[in-house]
Amino acid sequence: MNANLAALLYLVSGILFILSLRGLSSPASSRQGNLFGMIGMAIAVVTTLAYKAPSGLSAWVLVILGIAIGGGIGAWRARTVKMTDMPQLVAFFHALVGLAAVLVAAGALYAPQAFGIGSVGAIHGASLVEMSLGAAIGAITFTGSIIAFAKLDGRMSGKPILLPQRHAINIALAAAAVILIGIFMATESHVAFWLIVLAAFALGVLLIVPIGGADMPVVVSMLNSYSGWAAAGIGFTLGNLALIITGALVGSSGAILSYIMCKGMNRSFISVILGGFGGETDAGAAGAVETRPVKQGSAEDAAYIMKNAGKVIIVPGYGMAVAQAQHALREMADLLKKEGVDVSYAIHPVAGRMPGHMNVLLAEANVPYDEVFELEDINSEFAQADVAFVIGANDVTNPSAKTDPKSPIFGMPILDVEKAKTVLFIKRGMGSGYAGVENELFFKDNTMMLFADAKKMVENIVKALGH
Amino acid sequence: MANEASKQFVDAVTAAAQNYADTLSAAAGSAAHAASGGAIDPFVFRLAIFVMAVFVGYYVVWSVTPALHTPLMSVTNAISSVIVVGALLSVGVDASTPGDDGPLWARIFGFIALILACVNIFGGFLVTERMLSMYKKKG
Repeated sequence: MNANLAALLYLVSGILFILSLRGLSSPASSRQGNLFGMIGMAIAVVTTLAYKAPSGLSAWVLVILGIAIGGGIGAWRARTVKMTDMPQLVAFFHALVGLAAVLVAAGALYAPQAFGIGSVGAIHGASLVEMSLGAAIGAITFTGSIIAFAKLDGRMSGKPILLPQRHAINIALAAAAVILIGIFMATESHVAFWLIVLAAFALGVLLIVPIGGADMPVVVSMLNSYSGWAAAGIGFTLGNLALIITGALVGSSGAILSYIMCKGMNRSFISVILGGFGGETDAGAAGAVETRPVKQGSAEDAAYIMKNAGKVIIVPGYGMAVAQAQHALREMADLLKKEGVDVSYAIHPVAGRMPGHMNVLLAEANVPYDEVFELEDINSEFAQADVAFVIGANDVTNPSAKTDPKSPIFGMPILDVEKAKTVLFIKRGMGSGYAGVENELFFKDNTMMLFADAKKMVENIVKALGH
Repeated sequence: MANEASKQFVDAVTAAAQNYADTLSAAAGSAAHAASGGAIDPFVFRLAIFVMAVFVGYYVVWSVTPALHTPLMSVTNAISSVIVVGALLSVGVDASTPGDDGPLWARIFGFIALILACVNIFGGFLVTERMLSMYKKKG
């Protein structure tokens, strides 16, 4: 196969990747898009094997072995992972891309002739820069994603860890990496290369540890973006179009998702990066103890109110997923629909722990996607709704985001549940939300609190509806 | 109203993205031409493709429905593992030269990178497929 044909085939696979993202513009075309992605990947792999065939039988054995081992593990994870654990899985996958970028850069450094970028001791200067940038970003992605994985998976506290002088340390590390890249370019020293990787490993850890659990959706998106830029860096080293296009696509995709998540929380990207926000506060312990009375209700009350309603909007939050209440919730919605009640779901942009997480969880519970609406599409309908049924969400419904300039969540877009005739609010107890803010909604006249575990409460409502 | 406006917006960006995709393939064609005879450094062409792909990504990703943002992340994960082409080059290097252990190291690095990338490729596409198959319409 000649180089031009190979380059054109890589271009084809790049275009197929663009189409795979394009397919995600609606659930109807999404699976076809995914198929395009798979075809693109197959073309890229086959082209590489045909254009620069592995030398000798031993290399072929390694290739087949590597694909079998990696593919087996990947397929197993994809089948067994729980949908609530998707953020961890995605963070873990980002780590793999990052480490793969580091290793490919190292491979190119140790055997440049195989990559067509010169020979040992005489690698082109530009290739050295691209290689070291790809490796550095990959290394940051790797350790950063491992930390994000540990935090999301509960293996590490979600509390921000604030080192003294952390900004100075980070700047020093970044400066060291830049100087090392300069040295590496001039000398092609392997030691300099590994020092760059080490500095980037440390930087990855230090960048993510100060970021609190509440900001994790941004972090996961940001690392998604980094993994793309790392791939693009390697793409420049290899002069590979598929890799350059994909890196650019993934890089901008992650950046856009980070932006959407930041907007959903009304946080600036810079302040998320600087960290220190979103530690789980000890509910009730801090500040004045709330003594105002709230209206309480039972499952039977809730069932009665909803049965006689014309329009119910369900507002699910991550708490619903933690309690695994989504299946019971869908059962409840089915019963209500049988009674002639119009049921829809309202999703806040940061309702889950990663972008779009809540939609997946509802889809898993067989909730049709055309009953699920985004904040901007449904917010005006709360005024016409008889019941807003809040389950496992808190801060995203807090009216003080609009009314109280002193509130830490002031300015965050919220779902206007208080405009519904009745608000049913399922909650374990009177604790405050993730952001540690008291919710004014609890004390409104039209709010009825349902204190219980989300799953139990919904199951009891289902029972009551059955009578 | 809002729905209609967003639909128009999506249509507009789709058209723009398609334009960009066309430009992109044209640019790639000229890159290949230049590589075979032109005097401009191939890096410049790669950079041009990169920059345009960033724009394509920008428009395409904005047209992704928010309901599918999680599958978007898992599929971008899978496609960024096209870095597997680098791993394949590295693992396939000729390691038979005596007295030079560079290629041997390249094989080791390449082999590990190949496994990692394949976990991602298979895991990413399959988990995306699993999620997408759960999205169903009413009735």
